[in-house]
Amino acid sequence: MKPHPWLFLLPALAIMAMSAFIPLMTVVNYSLHYIFVGSEPEYVGLANYVEVLQDPAFRGALLRQIVFSLLVLAVEIPFGIAIALAMPRKGWGSGVALVLLGIPLLIPYNVVGIIWRLFTQTGIGVVPRALALIGYNYNVSLHQFDAVITVFLIDVWHWTPLVALLAYAGLQSIPDAFYRAAQIDGASAVATFRYVTLPKLRPVLILAVLLRLMDSFKIYSEPLLLTGGGPGNATTSLSLFVARKAESFELGYAGAASVIYLYIVILLSFIFFQAMTRAGEVRR
Amino acid sequence: MKKRYLGLAVYFVILFIPIYWMVVTSLKTDQEILSEFTLIPSEVTFENYAEIFSSEVWRSSFVNSLMYVLLNVLITVAVAVPGAYAFSRWTFRGSHHLFFWLLTNRMAPAAAFIVPFIEVYSALGLFDTHLGVALAHCLFNIPLAIWILEGFMSGIPREIDETAYIDGYSFPRFFGKIFLPLIGPGIGVAAFFCFTFSWVELILAKSLTVTNAKPVVVTLTVGIGAEGVRWGLLAAAGVLTVIPGAIAVFFIRKYMAKGFALGRV
Repeated sequence: MKPHPWLFLLPALAIMAMSAFIPLMTVVNYSLHYIFVGSEPEYVGLANYVEVLQDPAFRGALLRQIVFSLLVLAVEIPFGIAIALAMPRKGWGSGVALVLLGIPLLIPYNVVGIIWRLFTQTGIGVVPRALALIGYNYNVSLHQFDAVITVFLIDVWHWTPLVALLAYAGLQSIPDAFYRAAQIDGASAVATFRYVTLPKLRPVLILAVLLRLMDSFKIYSEPLLLTGGGPGNATTSLSLFVARKAESFELGYAGAASVIYLYIVILLSFIFFQAMTRAGEVRR
Repeated sequence: MKKRYLGLAVYFVILFIPIYWMVVTSLKTDQEILSEFTLIPSEVTFENYAEIFSSEVWRSSFVNSLMYVLLNVLITVAVAVPGAYAFSRWTFRGSHHLFFWLLTNRMAPAAAFIVPFIEVYSALGLFDTHLGVALAHCLFNIPLAIWILEGFMSGIPREIDETAYIDGYSFPRFFGKIFLPLIGPGIGVAAFFCFTFSWVELILAKSLTVTNAKPVVVTLTVGIGAEGVRWGLLAAAGVLTVIPGAIAVFFIRKYMAKGFALGRV
């Protein structure tokens, strides 16, 4: 008969131990110590956590990050669904649209950074010149607003296609019979969307929301390459902030910040997951 | 109907403007990039590409990237297929918790793991090797692959398993002959996403390599720091890094379409 489930999981878990569990435990270990280069680490309990939570720089980065991720979701999810709805359902057009949507997703993060620097750099880019025509002095390395909005647009440009692809997959799985039934009942286009399409899309949308939440929370290369996190701290994402601390060998602080960071992402994902699952149950 | 496609066409044009700008920049001379503003290069040059192809550093970093990405996809698919099978066919003690734990690793900020990765992988002799980067990328790819594959597998009725046993199939024969072909599209989609996420990843690839396994994404970043940024060269390298992915999409597009048609991504 069939072998035991753990036997199947063993290879995956063995690799995950190497790539996730051991590094995570090392981070947790750092977070409980004061670490100075050249001397023995000293056990300090939760002191690093207290320091991180009281640090205005960390709180600032965290707040910016949460606002950023929520904005990303608020724009990319509806926009992605709209694109998916507009896509041809079958025929050659559907294949072309899928490949076109796939291409931006395959561009490495730092190439995305380079593309947008070429695009927005004062002196060589299209954007500053175009905006100069309408009298707006666009400069990502001087104006905080320009930098923030640009990082936001980069994310929307890069990742809305992912949401569209997922939503499209979900749309394809809805049997035509549902739409015919809605038509017979005389449902309006809005009602059909609200009561047929949206509920059927829910599982795929949960996946899209969670993926975008997790990944936008980790945003790193885009602000790094665009302005190095500036001007000021305007585009210093949480990842950028933590990586800087780690690179300057404040390992205890960085470790504690990382653990807090990870649990905030997990908590937010969990809240979104619960809320979206609940919404489906209530409707039923 | 027509209006809908018009909107879509406008979206695709906007989507590709930045990419167009990169391609155009890669075909311009450095002088033209800096001194003039032209939507179409006044003088098309392939010098930037020639420079990359003739440079040992660029060539080897492209090969390095491909090596660890393919290695990562192989490892991920090899362990995620049985893993996802376990989750789709059994509910066992702690299976939900374990599934959720796996997903939390997808959320882990790579930036937080830089130092431990360097420390642990140096101790294991994996630092600056293709295998090292491939293993590190499993951090986010295995959870994703299991997630995707579990969806595909749950869509295949358990009765198929049962029928195969009654027909006298041994487990390995059933798995290889019947089950794997059924989830082929799912494996295609999972492999595509793993390829993508490993190919574009920067933080871990950057911190875990020095020279032997230095990927192209890092070579690109180094180019930025140099005095007097060579925009044309960077743009050309950027174009070249997009190509393997575009080829990958082209080859698995049928699988993708099937996977998407099943509504399981």
